[in-house]
Amino acid sequence: MSRIFNHPVLEIQSRQSFEIYVDGISVIAYEGETVAATLLANGIRAFRRTRKFNEPRGVFCGIGHCADCIIEVDSIPNVRACITIVHPGMIVNTQKNN
Amino acid sequence: MQEYDVIIVGAGPAGLGASIEARKFGARVLLLDENGRPGGQLYKQIHKFFGSSDHYAGIRGFKIGEVLLQTAKDLGVELQLNTKVWGIFPDLSITAVYCGKSLRCRAKIIILATGASENALGFPGCTLPGVMTAGAVQTLVNVQHVLPAENYVMIGSGNVGLIVSYQLLQAGANVKAVLEASSSISGYGVHASKIKRAGIPIRLRYTVKRAIGRNSLEAVEIVRLDECFNAIANTEETIECDGLCLAVGLSPRIDLAVLSKCKMLYSTFLGGVLPWHNEDMETSHPNILIAGDLAGIEEASTALDEGRLAGLRAANKIGLCASNTYIEQKSVIINRLVSLRDGPFGERRRFAKASIWRNL
Repeated sequence: MSRIFNHPVLEIQSRQSFEIYVDGISVIAYEGETVAATLLANGIRAFRRTRKFNEPRGVFCGIGHCADCIIEVDSIPNVRACITIVHPGMIVNTQKNN
Repeated sequence: MQEYDVIIVGAGPAGLGASIEARKFGARVLLLDENGRPGGQLYKQIHKFFGSSDHYAGIRGFKIGEVLLQTAKDLGVELQLNTKVWGIFPDLSITAVYCGKSLRCRAKIIILATGASENALGFPGCTLPGVMTAGAVQTLVNVQHVLPAENYVMIGSGNVGLIVSYQLLQAGANVKAVLEASSSISGYGVHASKIKRAGIPIRLRYTVKRAIGRNSLEAVEIVRLDECFNAIANTEETIECDGLCLAVGLSPRIDLAVLSKCKMLYSTFLGGVLPWHNEDMETSHPNILIAGDLAGIEEASTALDEGRLAGLRAANKIGLCASNTYIEQKSVIINRLVSLRDGPFGERRRFAKASIWRNL
């Protein structure tokens, strides 16, 4: 889990960075990236635990179709992390019960 | 309610191609896409495409998407992104959600170019974080510039599996193996060669038995298969990895076609259930046309040309394109499609397509 800064084909442009909060801890996010990307770049892969068996879940389809990556964003639960763009000061909480 | 000549659902290569052709004849075209950026799967493709100059050979996928988009915009195609079409009605209106608001509009002709979705695979541990589709990895790496893991196992040696494996290498990741359940590599030789040259073993007749890990993926247990795809006892091997990619096929996204009661059929070689259509891209519904992966899983170049056919036919049906012009331009595109569906890989698709066209 890491950011890509060098690539033989892709032009990796520099972007503004800012803080968002994940479970109360401040992490660095880059302008224009998705919540899923920020979490993965910061080593967080389990975005929630399932209600019945408490199993960890995270990104699966990556394009907003499967809803496996849902997480709480700015007090709204079940937000698809893979298609939601971060903003400065965003408050993200992993979900314990869904 | 806003009325258009043509509404196109999906702004990948098929939808973009259709919008350009229809607009050239002066049709009022509305092009919609659920994503925030058009181009479908093109904008994630960093490899150079091959084919002819009509298919932008030698140009990287994401650049092709940009060129098509600019052409559509320059022609005056109305484009609305972040718009998810959820309904289609007998009066030929569509309903969509855009930023939490509802949108409804109507057209004389609707072109569905909704593409495909990736297949999933079920096995113990398949829900562990770190197990994701090849497309998800491709999006994270090529669009978000993030590597979700360091060491990967890829399931599936079709073009998606091979290409994404190579893209992972380009991004600095390690691919430990590509697993292929059948006895031969599914994708093109040119892609397979790149993988082999990089030293990635392609394990034929292997599949995943289970994914192992506590809070996320830590290893994968693979098992050998016989000719009937049954697991052979005592052939298990464990590969340590934190990324497992599923590249196990694509299926046409048929929801809107089903909703509008288009006749459907099953095609083994084109991805499963899809709408019946003829060579002109017409469905069993008089005012609905389809194009691209929705009409059968192929590739971007065929999607683009099918989109062009659909756009052309739409213009012809509403009287903006005269019959002789239609027949002339259609035959140029059809010839290109025939050559795209040439060779050992294309042959199967060509026969599969032909048997659909005759099936009504």
